[in-house]
Amino acid sequence: MALIELNNVTAGYNRDHPAIENVDLSVKKNDFMAIIGPNGGGKTTLLKVVLGLLMPFKGEVRVFGESPTHSRKKIGYVPQVIPSGTFPVSVLEVVLMGRMGSAGLFKKYTESDRNIAAQKLEKLGVAHLAGKRIDQLSGGQKQRVLIARALTGEPELLLLDEPVASVDSETQHSFYNLLSNLNSRMAIVLVTHDVGAVSSHVKSIACINKHLVSHGETISEKDVAQAYGCPFELIAHGVPHRVIGAREDRDHG
Amino acid sequence: MAEMFSYTFMQNAFILTILASIACGVVGSLITVNRMSSFTGSIAHASFGGLGLAYLVGIHPMLGATLFAVGSALGIGALSDRSKLGSDTAMAALWATGMAAGLVFIKLSGTYTADLMSWLFGSLMSVSKADIFLTAALDLVVLGSIAFLYKEFVGISFDLEFTRIQGVPVWFIRGLFLVMAALTTIVLMKVTGLIMVIALLTIPAAIAEKFSSSLRKMMLLASVLSLLFSIAGLFVSWWLDLPSGPVIILLSSIVYFLALSTGKRTG
Repeated sequence: MALIELNNVTAGYNRDHPAIENVDLSVKKNDFMAIIGPNGGGKTTLLKVVLGLLMPFKGEVRVFGESPTHSRKKIGYVPQVIPSGTFPVSVLEVVLMGRMGSAGLFKKYTESDRNIAAQKLEKLGVAHLAGKRIDQLSGGQKQRVLIARALTGEPELLLLDEPVASVDSETQHSFYNLLSNLNSRMAIVLVTHDVGAVSSHVKSIACINKHLVSHGETISEKDVAQAYGCPFELIAHGVPHRVIGAREDRDHG
Repeated sequence: MAEMFSYTFMQNAFILTILASIACGVVGSLITVNRMSSFTGSIAHASFGGLGLAYLVGIHPMLGATLFAVGSALGIGALSDRSKLGSDTAMAALWATGMAAGLVFIKLSGTYTADLMSWLFGSLMSVSKADIFLTAALDLVVLGSIAFLYKEFVGISFDLEFTRIQGVPVWFIRGLFLVMAALTTIVLMKVTGLIMVIALLTIPAAIAEKFSSSLRKMMLLASVLSLLFSIAGLFVSWWLDLPSGPVIILLSSIVYFLALSTGKRTG
């Protein structure tokens, strides 16, 4: 059984101009997939459809064989790290949010919720930050905390939105090692416009620019160029790639 | 000083101030971390329309104001985007429309305008038993909601989308929050009047935020600060024979600017 199965999905905010159109996608068990594409290419829309935050206009979405809203508890979601304003909440409290759903409405977090949260902080090497306010952390630290939060829900699939957008290249490297490590126990899907860094770490890549352009274990310059609608320079393994003249001026998808 | 407390109206003013501070600190903290102060300003001013209408049709002004405040809060909440409450323009329009409608209704009803001053600038010297009862009831609702739904309130304030994905009915938590914000605004109008109610909701919370490691502590500290400012304001206004609402706000502002300039923050 595929963990995520999209059949001919069209979705977006405007029926006449959908952000993604006729998309077929399948994520297998133990997969480590990057979904790449330009800004406004529909990456966020795709994520929202999988998370059940957006109903598709057309097509079928199955997550763990069921409707997305039904399977949410099996998904660990890691949003983009956005440098936000101040907020009085400790790192431990943020990580506990990963158990908000399982703890239940009107209930407090239990001792076992706290133990799991502490464990995940430990695992990500940020246990010493547990008592700190989240707004005092660096981008890289925040990202680890958000991953710990997702893991606290004990997911079978990890979904990450632009995970390397606000961290430096050194942090990126250890971050991908961490993901490879986690991948031994769960499937991982990450969405990014940063094509370069991902290609040497992931098992499969999908390119999306309204349509799903290609999908598989390898990817050619032609595919990426088609997705981005512009020339693209693809250098294998590790060396940062650059998108030339990527169109950043489209509407956000 | 003993003389001050020998008057029933002064006793009532103190009781109301103490009770109002609880809701003020808790709800004010939520408003502050959700960056909703202009939203609150808008519903306070929109409620003036309800006040005027109440005078015109002859129901209790408080009832009219409450209906308008709750209605506009839920209206903006339902219409606007999940992550951002209302556009600036819509807020400004609601703000001004409420005031304009209120003034027209009041003129048509032929109400003596001195009554209006108390709604605009507060009327701690004319607190009734009903006011005290209503404020106590609001405190119960606010404290009860926070006691049972604390983690959800932290969730929707910190990361609405993640909280939604957790399966929390965010529309309910958010709606409850908007209603509490509207009701607290109405209750605090007695203390400072609708013109200055934003200041009382946001200043203690903004100071508390700088010294708090959690939302819970922020709420507690904001309530204590709001209580201190209000009580101190009452004393000062008694001694100097000044209106209490503005004195309370001035005291709060002075402490706020002092706190800003120290820039201290705890871990």
